[in-house]
Amino acid sequence: MSDFTSGFWSWFIVLATVLSIAGVLWLIRWMSGGRRAPGEKVETMGHVWDENLEELNNPLPRWWLIKFYLTLVFGGVYLLLYPGLGTFKGLLGWTGIGQYEQEVAAAEVEYGPLYEKYRAIPIAALVNDPAAVQVGERLFSTYCTTCHGSDARGVRGFPNLRDDDWLYGGTSADIEQTIMNGRNGVMPGWEPILGYEGVFQAAEYVSSLSGREVDSVVAGKGKEIFVQNCAVCHGADGAGNTQMGAPNLTDNIWLHGGTQKRIQETIAGGRNSHMPPHREFLGEAKVHLLATYVFGLRVDRDITER
Amino acid sequence: MAGGHEKVETNLALMALLILALVLVGGLVQIVPLFFQHSTTEPVEGLKPYNALQLAGRDVYIREGCYVCHSQMIRPFRAETERYGHYSVAGEFVYDHPFQWGSKRTGPDLARVGGRYSNEWHVAHLLNPRDVVPESIMPGYPWLAENPADPGDIRYRMQVLRRLGVPYSDEEIDGATKTLEGRTEMDAMVAYLQYLGTAIKTRR
Repeated sequence: MSDFTSGFWSWFIVLATVLSIAGVLWLIRWMSGGRRAPGEKVETMGHVWDENLEELNNPLPRWWLIKFYLTLVFGGVYLLLYPGLGTFKGLLGWTGIGQYEQEVAAAEVEYGPLYEKYRAIPIAALVNDPAAVQVGERLFSTYCTTCHGSDARGVRGFPNLRDDDWLYGGTSADIEQTIMNGRNGVMPGWEPILGYEGVFQAAEYVSSLSGREVDSVVAGKGKEIFVQNCAVCHGADGAGNTQMGAPNLTDNIWLHGGTQKRIQETIAGGRNSHMPPHREFLGEAKVHLLATYVFGLRVDRDITER
Repeated sequence: MAGGHEKVETNLALMALLILALVLVGGLVQIVPLFFQHSTTEPVEGLKPYNALQLAGRDVYIREGCYVCHSQMIRPFRAETERYGHYSVAGEFVYDHPFQWGSKRTGPDLARVGGRYSNEWHVAHLLNPRDVVPESIMPGYPWLAENPADPGDIRYRMQVLRRLGVPYSDEEIDGATKTLEGRTEMDAMVAYLQYLGTAIKTRR
């Protein structure tokens, strides 16, 4: 079925195109003025200015005319080979989307087997293949640096991937799962419940977990608050919970900033951290290579173990 | 030859008519038939008009001139679909008046930015792009977080769009002002960006 709402439009285009080409041909024939025999006097348009300035009517140069006719021939041939005349598809059968699909198919032939080969290898082994890691690095540059930074060290609110501190677990399976399906970390705001004072005290205690010097009386009150409210997700010892993506609060690594003010802000207002899923967009093979790259970022870890 | 030519040259109305015919041919062939094609006039499956908040965000997008640096048109080349997702099709834009295809990419294409990043990322990025992308040359738009998303005339804007063929219901238009109450331009902008290109799933 034609894409047009009525067959009229195809003929409309054909007619307008053919007529305009014929019109141009007629116009150039009309205007070109034929050939001038050697020695023949040039026709003038009959206008004279300043006593002897005349408007001559020389015929168009032959070489120019021939080039013009050639463009008309080119137009005709083009319309015969390529789609242009209404719904006529052209003798070559070319389409823009067809060309795109060819391009994609050619790439699939070239890269498809490579991706399949890598996909079949477990990440723990693949991470020792420099070529695979390099592919992963390129993919990372394209798809991941916007949030995690070109050095993979993240920025405030977006995790550093090189510090071996994993919100959702650092095994190769965890990492692949994170990229594939995304993650949702939700921490509610506590100011309505704890009040300003309570937030301040809890922040003081959280600071102390990373070994910072704090006011021990305030931190002591904060500890009570922590045990009652925060330990459910962050654990009684504050070591976090990778099931929920609750950060470890004892390692002096701060996803949302570690100054006293930022910690208070986090407790008071809560945080939402969302990593979008990439399974549909990237496909499993690419995610596998990305996970390999991210898994291999910590060079000094014992990668064979996991 | 000179006689016919003189007639055209000395008759203003005739010359104007001929010039008009000449100029119109291109438009008649290339533009007019597009209004009578299924693929350019019918929405793709699942395409919904922008809700009031997203529409307010689109208006901010236009006001701030985002289209000057960001296109919303993924061309059918592998290099583009690998980076951005499925190429754009005409049916995705039938509710866009005007469409935001743009013609220049100082920044990346945004046709399928919806769902690609988190809301929090968009907020941080719009406040100061270098907070999340140190290499970025995009200016910050911190005032978006302070300006209320203007609820004043959103109803009328939706009514105009309905006249242009966007299928808004009466309820949607009546509820528009209320939807924007208490929301900032930042909320609107993020809602708009998160909706872009989601009618077609991103995997090519």
